[in-house]
Amino acid sequence: MGGNVLLIQIILLAAVAGIAVLLTRSTAGARHQAIRRLCLLLFVVGAAASVIFPQVLSRVANAVGVGRGADLLLYALVIAFLSYISTSHRRMNRMSRQITLLTRELTLSEARSGAEAPPEAHSPATPSDAPDSATPAEVRSPLSLPDDGPRAP
Amino acid sequence: MSEPAAPPHPSSTSGYGADWLVIPLFNEASVIADVIADALPTFPNIVCVDDGSTDGSGEAARAAGARVLSHAVNLGQGAALQTGISFVCEQPGARSLVTFDADGQHQVADARAMVDLIASGETAIVFGSRFLDGRTKPGMVKRVVLTFAVWFTKQSTGMRLTDAHNGLRAMTIPAARKVDLTQDRMAHASEIVLQLGRTGLDWREYPVHVLYTDYSRGKGQSIWNSVNILVDLLFK
Repeated sequence: MGGNVLLIQIILLAAVAGIAVLLTRSTAGARHQAIRRLCLLLFVVGAAASVIFPQVLSRVANAVGVGRGADLLLYALVIAFLSYISTSHRRMNRMSRQITLLTRELTLSEARSGAEAPPEAHSPATPSDAPDSATPAEVRSPLSLPDDGPRAP
Repeated sequence: MSEPAAPPHPSSTSGYGADWLVIPLFNEASVIADVIADALPTFPNIVCVDDGSTDGSGEAARAAGARVLSHAVNLGQGAALQTGISFVCEQPGARSLVTFDADGQHQVADARAMVDLIASGETAIVFGSRFLDGRTKPGMVKRVVLTFAVWFTKQSTGMRLTDAHNGLRAMTIPAARKVDLTQDRMAHASEIVLQLGRTGLDWREYPVHVLYTDYSRGKGQSIWNSVNILVDLLFK
């Protein structure tokens, strides 16, 4: 039995390590997206199969050294969850980067257009009272972000 | 106070017309006016980047006489700093810029001495350091965290700084142009050191005094924050 337990442990640890590496690397190409989607498809098919043929799942579980099929499903779920965290973390990072650049550009162009005006009057005190500004100040409300959510893992 | 070099630069108001103070500003309404009033006689050009403050800090800074840029949403200190740096780099005739904290921890005299060092042509980048002399008295926990930050900076940048997370820095405009902070929050302090180090320009440290008031202690970086910084740096 010891050898079999080792097998599933190796599989799980390799998957966890792979996800950890993915987290630190910035890879956002078409290939990765395709792989991600294929993995998701595989997961869906596997989940459906395990419902229809529970004994197959049990057999697979036994083959890699896990006692019950439900346990194997749990392990798979853990891996899927971790990889979900990894991809969503990356996506949130990219999005917050874009918001940063957008906000900065807005601020700087506001400053540039206000450069000719006297410094006291160059930019709106609050975004809501800026009818004279060329930049749409209403961006504030729809873009209100959660504070530290995306970088939690 | 150990004055490293005799500043040949005149200490008059007009002497610092090409040197900008960049102050990231987030909810510091109670102190920002004093900070600006204190610095304005020396540095006529102060740009505050109001990082989506909700307590009227931006108005207070503008009333005190600073140029105020406003972020529509709160992005973090690193993002505000980068906006201010980009802005100063666009200003005609700018010679150098100083990053300065909004909460009154930093001394204008230190900033002036650092600008003098740059104006003398001795160096292009000056990092403020709390630990080159014994004036600054951080608490025990803070000392441990900062020691770790120093070690981490040395590992990641190869630069032997005595104080890795000091917000008071001065740099020439060509050096500032090389800075492109992508760490929006507190991890920018490591990033800016790394990017300035990569410019290959001369750098040095200057002993500065940081005032730990109850106010700044209440707002300052906790040990939890250093965990967040590490995660931000590792999981990009």
